[in-house]
Amino acid sequence: MTMRGAADGARPASAGRASSPAADLQASGNSTNEGPLLQLRGVGKSFGPVQALADIDLEIPTGAVTAIVGDNGAGKSTLIKTISGIWEPDHGDIIWMGSPVHLHSPRAAAALGIATVYQDLALCDNLDIVQNMFLGREVIRHWQLDEISMELAAKRTLSDLAVMSVRSIRQPVASLSGGQRQAVAVAKAVMQQARLVIMDEPTAALGVTQTHIVLDLIGQLASRNIAVIVISHNLNDVMAIADRVAVLHLGRLVAVGPISGFDTSAIVDLMTTGTSSRLGREGTEAAPARGTKGPDTPADGTHPGEAE
Amino acid sequence: MSTGVHEPPPEAPAQDEAATAAAQVAAPPEVIADSLGEYVRIWLKRVRSGESGALPVIIGLVAIVVYFQARNSLFLSAGNLVNLVIQGAVFIVLGMAEVFVLLLGEIDLSVGFNAAIGATITAWLAFSAPWWVAILAGLAATTAIGALQGTLITRLRLPSFVVTLAGLLGLEGLLIVLVSRSGHGRGVTIPIRNSIIDDLTTGNLGPAAGWVVIVVIVVLAGVFLVLRDRRRRASNLVAPPASVTALKVAAMAAAGAAVVLVGNTNRGIRIPVRGVPWVVFIVLGILTLWTALLGRTRFGRYVYAIGGNAEAARRAGANLVMIRTVAFTLCGLTAGAAGVIYASRLGSISTNVDGGQLVLFAVASAVIGGTHLYGGVGRMLHAVLGGLVVAVIYNGLGLLGLSAAVTDIVTALVLLAAVTVDTLARRGRATG
Repeated sequence: MTMRGAADGARPASAGRASSPAADLQASGNSTNEGPLLQLRGVGKSFGPVQALADIDLEIPTGAVTAIVGDNGAGKSTLIKTISGIWEPDHGDIIWMGSPVHLHSPRAAAALGIATVYQDLALCDNLDIVQNMFLGREVIRHWQLDEISMELAAKRTLSDLAVMSVRSIRQPVASLSGGQRQAVAVAKAVMQQARLVIMDEPTAALGVTQTHIVLDLIGQLASRNIAVIVISHNLNDVMAIADRVAVLHLGRLVAVGPISGFDTSAIVDLMTTGTSSRLGREGTEAAPARGTKGPDTPADGTHPGEAE
Repeated sequence: MSTGVHEPPPEAPAQDEAATAAAQVAAPPEVIADSLGEYVRIWLKRVRSGESGALPVIIGLVAIVVYFQARNSLFLSAGNLVNLVIQGAVFIVLGMAEVFVLLLGEIDLSVGFNAAIGATITAWLAFSAPWWVAILAGLAATTAIGALQGTLITRLRLPSFVVTLAGLLGLEGLLIVLVSRSGHGRGVTIPIRNSIIDDLTTGNLGPAAGWVVIVVIVVLAGVFLVLRDRRRRASNLVAPPASVTALKVAAMAAAGAAVVLVGNTNRGIRIPVRGVPWVVFIVLGILTLWTALLGRTRFGRYVYAIGGNAEAARRAGANLVMIRTVAFTLCGLTAGAAGVIYASRLGSISTNVDGGQLVLFAVASAVIGGTHLYGGVGRMLHAVLGGLVVAVIYNGLGLLGLSAAVTDIVTALVLLAAVTVDTLARRGRATG
């Protein structure tokens, strides 16, 4: 039984994920022909004396949903900020599609195709859906905004995603619900050819229906062969949509593997104590094994001067 | 692997969306209505939720006009209406200057005295230089002042309120210095010694030419609207119903005809005076230019984006410092235009300019017209409508023989009322 089958069972039936063989290989971590989309090797980050991340080794496969879970202060935010270019790691390597990269700014990350979707920060309430989706990448024709081609492209992307039915894509984003707003932010990422979409607490503060819309959307992204990282406190959501899960505890990655190797109580154990006696199924890598395997020495890409 | 699995509820987005749409802001009717009836229905819903368009302001304007006409039958005479429009032009153009910065959620308190500085330089230079050199120099000065204030506000991250309050005081001082140093008019008043600058407000387009120009403007606007709708339909996009567009063109034609009819009525006392004042077309020109800049360029889009959510605009790649500085610069440029109109109307510029009152009228014009004080929402047209309201009150109370004190108090109350409506509507949206 592949992990995909197990995860599918836990996913909303309406998500309609195409389960492509390629994605299966990537997701199960046995990729043969192609490496993972993103690879972290020994990534560490400190803020003064506080070590926020310690020697994180993590692979993000394409076409799959990787959930990053952990208690408050476990380092989830630091980890995604490192990936989205807001903070550079103190040491360690970030490898994107096989080659090391320096994500020194959000812009550099965006240029590679890494898009971060925040619940509140991404959209201008007063602008309409089309204007938001093209904000920063407006189409100019004859010295003017080319509204028609922007609207057509936005319409196409939204209907491809098929998760949102709004009366008009010319209505201001202020008139949208929380789930719809995230759909707009995600559609923007898709339209800009994102390869990796990071979603920070995508279902926090959403009602049941809205949560369903967003989970659906996450499934859509993975089925389009986009890598998705979801940070979430809601383990029900994680179990429902994730293909892989990575558990952080006090800045260390204590477990990572296909979701089939975990159950909710095991994840809770890992989040709170860093270990769990309920683990031990195939495919799951637990913390002790990692410590011996990864290179602990800071890689040559250390930037001592940039650790503000 | 079924422990704790999330059980999604049956899909019910339709009800959910209906609920949110009712609770929050309704979409503008232009984008969703497919018939005139539906357009009206959606529009009424938006008015109730505080997202009113231009019509409530126009209704309010008509109500005030009816009141003043009932109190003094001279109010709607051609002579007074033309006078009112010339007075209003200053408020309107100053209001348009203010819209640039209000859209960002900022404010410029110095526009009144900045306008006076521009007027002074224009008046001073008009003694020796050609009229267009004088005007360009005046505009250049106010633009530079706007750019300087904008630079201080954006580079040093000072609050615009404080920087432009300092500008208000400092520019008043500069005005007194400039006027006294000019060596004209005994250091108190510089007269305008240039017939062309004088004629900007007091000169008229001939009656026949007025009709031709208005017809051309209305036809151009109508063709523009129809072509835009047609292009949208050709691309399979939603366009406003043809009846709505036809109504809009008809309204423009009616307004244009009214302007020309009033303008062409003889309002002279001894010698006949006819025609639409030049200033009407100057205001229309500025309105068209700035509306296009805000609505059809990347700069305009970023101004709205920064006013709506500066952080989102920054993440999207907008250069916040540059956009904000340019907005303050354009505010200064537009204030300069208002200053030239002001001096042209008075035939002089003096140290008695009440720049403090002018800036309040400017903010009042923009906000009464529908521009939000909190940024992100507003149009140049709002300043025109609000400026007309302010001008009607100013002119009407003057006509009733009420003192400047009463005019100030009434204008202040109208401004307060407009801000209150704006704030309450915003709060209603936030909690609804």
